[in-house]
Amino acid sequence: MKNALGRIESVLVLGGGSDIALATVGGLVANRARTVVLAGRNLAAIDAAGNELRSAGAVVTAVEFDALNLESHTNFVNDTWKRFGDFDIVILAFGSLGEQSLDERDPLAAAEVITANFTGAATVGIAVAERLRQQGHGSLVVLSSVAGERVRRANFIYGSAKAGMDGFFLGLGEALRGTGAHVMVVRPGFVHTKMTANLKAAPLAVTPDKIAADILRAISHGSELVWSPPAMRVLMSVLRHLPRVVFRRLPI
Amino acid sequence: MDNSGLPGSVTQELLSGWARTSPSSATVWAPDSSDSIRKHLGDDYPRGIVARGLGRSYGDAAQNAGGHVIDSTANSEILNLDVDRGVVTCEAGVSLATLMQVLVPMGWFPTVIPGTRFVTVGGAIASDIHGKFRHGSFCDYVEQATLTCPTGESFAIGPNETGRSLDAYWATAGGMGLTGVVTEATLRLHEIESAWMLVDTERCNDLDECMARMLDSDDVFRYSVAWIDTMATGASLGRSILERGNHAPRASLDTKHAKLANDYSPRFSIEAPSWFPNKLINKLSVKAFNELWFRKAPKSSKEHIASIVSFFHPLDAVLGWNRIYGSRGFLQYQFVVPYGAESVVRTALERLAALGAPSFLAVLKRFETSNPGLLSFPMPGWTLAVDVPCGISGLAELLDGLDDLVIEAGGRVYLAKDSRLDRSRIEAMYPRINEWRAIQESLDPHGTMQSDLDRRLGLKENSH
Ligand SMILES: Cc1cc2nc3c(=O)[nH]c(=O)nc-3n(C[C@H](O)[C@H](O)[C@H](O)COP(=O)(O)OP(=O)(O)OC[C@H]3O[C@@H](n4cnc5c(N)ncnc54)[C@H](O)[C@@H]3O)c2cc1C
Ligand SMILES: NC(=O)c1ccc[n+]([C@@H]2O[C@H](COP(=O)([O-])OP(=O)(O)OC[C@H]3O[C@@H](n4cnc5c(N)ncnc54)[C@H](OP(=O)(O)O)[C@@H]3O)[C@@H](O)[C@H]2O)c1
Repeated sequence: MKNALGRIESVLVLGGGSDIALATVGGLVANRARTVVLAGRNLAAIDAAGNELRSAGAVVTAVEFDALNLESHTNFVNDTWKRFGDFDIVILAFGSLGEQSLDERDPLAAAEVITANFTGAATVGIAVAERLRQQGHGSLVVLSSVAGERVRRANFIYGSAKAGMDGFFLGLGEALRGTGAHVMVVRPGFVHTKMTANLKAAPLAVTPDKIAADILRAISHGSELVWSPPAMRVLMSVLRHLPRVVFRRLPI
Repeated sequence: MDNSGLPGSVTQELLSGWARTSPSSATVWAPDSSDSIRKHLGDDYPRGIVARGLGRSYGDAAQNAGGHVIDSTANSEILNLDVDRGVVTCEAGVSLATLMQVLVPMGWFPTVIPGTRFVTVGGAIASDIHGKFRHGSFCDYVEQATLTCPTGESFAIGPNETGRSLDAYWATAGGMGLTGVVTEATLRLHEIESAWMLVDTERCNDLDECMARMLDSDDVFRYSVAWIDTMATGASLGRSILERGNHAPRASLDTKHAKLANDYSPRFSIEAPSWFPNKLINKLSVKAFNELWFRKAPKSSKEHIASIVSFFHPLDAVLGWNRIYGSRGFLQYQFVVPYGAESVVRTALERLAALGAPSFLAVLKRFETSNPGLLSFPMPGWTLAVDVPCGISGLAELLDGLDDLVIEAGGRVYLAKDSRLDRSRIEAMYPRINEWRAIQESLDPHGTMQSDLDRRLGLKENSH
C-alpha cells in the first residue's frame, strides 16, 4: 500500500519497454517499490530491460500484453491481478508515433496508430479502473502528450489519438473520484527516447529521467494533471491560442 | 459481492486516519447491534473486514481498501456502572468523552486516557493506548472484554482469564483490530475527589534538565508530560515545559472551585477551517507559536488548579485541528526507547530541527512498565511524539534512519500513529510478533480480518 510519504510497493507498467516508464519505475524502486510487472509485446526485450530494476532490489516479471488486441484486455487485467495482487500504481505507457507520411494515405495503418494510442488505452484503462475501484485505492498514471493539446499537421494521427485519450482519462479520473482510485494524466513535451530517436529534438526537449522526476513528485502530491517539463504548460497555452494561419507556419 | 443482508446501515465511504493521508474506499457497515456482529463477522468478505472507532489513529489502521469496515460507534451504550467497585461495562463503541461525562461527576475517572478524549473503548484496547499516567496502559485496567471472531465465536477475554481467553486477550491488546471485533468491555476506574487537577508547571532549559527532573520528581505526580519546543536548537535543544499533576483532593479546593467540585463541562472553542492552505505551517509560524507557548508558561507554578480538559485535552478545544496541515496531511512519529537510550531522543530532535521540519510541540512522556500485550507499544523508557507535515523532502529517509536508531536501542514505533514504517522493521521492533501471529491465525483462520495497516506492514504472516 502507498504510505503517507508516497512510497509504494507494487507497480504495473503497460508498455513495459517504455523509456519514460522504466525511468519512473527506477525512481519508485529506489524508493523501495518491490513488485514490478512489465507488460508488453516483446517479452525478451522487456525482461532484459528489467535487469537494472532487479539489481536495484525489485522482483520484476515480464508479462505478455498487446495494446492492439482489444479483446484480450479484460482477461489480461484480471489474470494479472489474480497473479500479483493489488497494484499501488499502474503506468499506461504504450504508444506509437506511426509513420505519419505513409499512414495518412493508408486507412488501416492510421487506424492502428489510433488504436495503439487511444482505443487500446481506453479498453485496458476501463479494465484497470474496475480493479482499482474494487481494491479501493491506487493510481493510474497515463502518458498522454502535448501533441494532443494542439494537433499539428506533422503528426495529426498520433496527435488526435493522444487528444482523445487525454480527454478520456481526465474524464475517467472524474468518474473515479471518491472511490479511493486516482488517475493522473501526464503531458510530456519532447523526450529523448526510443520513440523519438530518429526525430529532430523539439524546444524544451528533456531526458526520460527528468520526466520521471516530475512524475514521481506529482504522484506524491496526488496531482491529476502534470505538464512535463512544467514550462510546457506555458508554451502550449500560447500555441493553443495562436490563429491557425500562424500556427500552420511554425516550424514544429 | 452480496452483503445486502447486513443488518444496519451500509454505505460506501472514503476513509482516512486522523492525519488524512492515504485514503481508501470501503463498504462501511454500522451494525444495528453487537449481536449482528457476532452473526455476520463470519460471512464472506472478499477483501476482509476490520472495526473502526472514531478514526483517531493517525494512519491507516482503521481502513480496509476495497473491503468492509465496521463502524463500531454504532454500538455505544453504557451497560452497567458499579459505583461501589468502580467498574463500568460498556459497548466498545462508547467514547472516552462520553464515559468521562458520565463518570467524572460521580467521582470516577478512566484510569488511562490519551491526548484526546475522542477515542472509543474498542480503539483504546486495539491500540493498548497510554497517557500521561506512567503505570501501565489501557489494557492493564480492563477487567474483561468480549471478543467476536470471524469464526462466529464470541467469548470473554481478559487479563484474569486462562488459556485461550488469556492468549486472545494479550493478542487483542495492541492487536490493531486484527484478532476480531471487541464488542464490550469492563473497565477498572480510578476514584477522584473532584473534577479538578492540581498542576505544577516548570520551564526546562534543555533536554537533560527536563529528563533529570522527570526522573527525580515524577513520583509525587500521577501524571506527567513534557512539551518540547522542536524549534529550539543548539544549547537550548529540548527546551521544554514540564507539566505534572494530580487529581485535586476536595480539601485542596478554594471556595470557587469547591462549588463546582464535580463540574465537568468540556466546551469547544474554535473550529479550524477546512481550507487551510498547505503553506500555512511553515517554519516561521511554528516558531512564533512555539515561542508563545513557551513564554506563556510560568517559569514555575505550583499546585495550580486546572480543569481536566485543559490538563489532558488542550488540543480537543480546536475541533478538526488536523486540517491546519492542509491537503498533503501530516504524520506523527512516535517511538519509545528504554532508559539509557536518552541519546536517541536527542538525536531525533536534532535531526528533525536540522531538516527544518516545522513541527509544533513534541511530547515527551515516560513509561515505568510494560504488559504482556504481544504488540503493545509501551515499555519502560522514554516516548517522544512529534507531528511533522508530509512533503518535506528528505523526511522519509530521516525517519528510516531514526527507526534504525530506535531498533538498535531496543525500542519501537507506535502502530496507532504510524503511516510510513517499512515492513522490514516490524519484527525487530515487535520481537514477539510470531507469537501474536500464531494466536491471530487461530482466532481468524481464514484471514477475514484485514486492514490497510496490515497490508502495508504485513503484520499477519499470510497477508500480501
Ligand atoms: C490528538 C490525538 C492525541 C492522541 N494521544 C494519544 C496518547 O496520548 N496516547 C495514545 O496511546 N494514543 C493517542 N492517540 C491515538 C489514539 O488514542 C489511538 O489511535 C486510538 O486507537 C484511537 O481510537 P479510535 O476509537 O479512534 O480508533 P480508530 O482509530 O478508529 O481505530 C484504531 C484501531 O483500533 C481498532 N478498533 C477500533 N474499534 C475496535 C473494536 N471495537 N474492536 C477491535 N478493534 C477495534 C481499529 O481496527 C484500528 O486498528 C491520539 C490521537 C489523537 C488524534
Ligand atoms: N518520447 C516523447 O517525446 C514523448 C512525448 C510525449 C508523450 N510520449 C508518450 O510516452 C509514452 C512512452 O513513450 P517513450 O517515449 O517511453 O517511448 P518508447 O520507449 O518507445 O516506449 C513506447 C512503448 O510502447 C510500446 N508499444 C507500442 N505499441 C504497443 C502495443 N501495441 N502493445 C504493447 N506495447 C506497445 C512499445 O513497445 P514495442 O517495443 O513492442 O513497440 C514501447 O515499449 C508513449 O505513450 C508516448 O506516446 C512520449
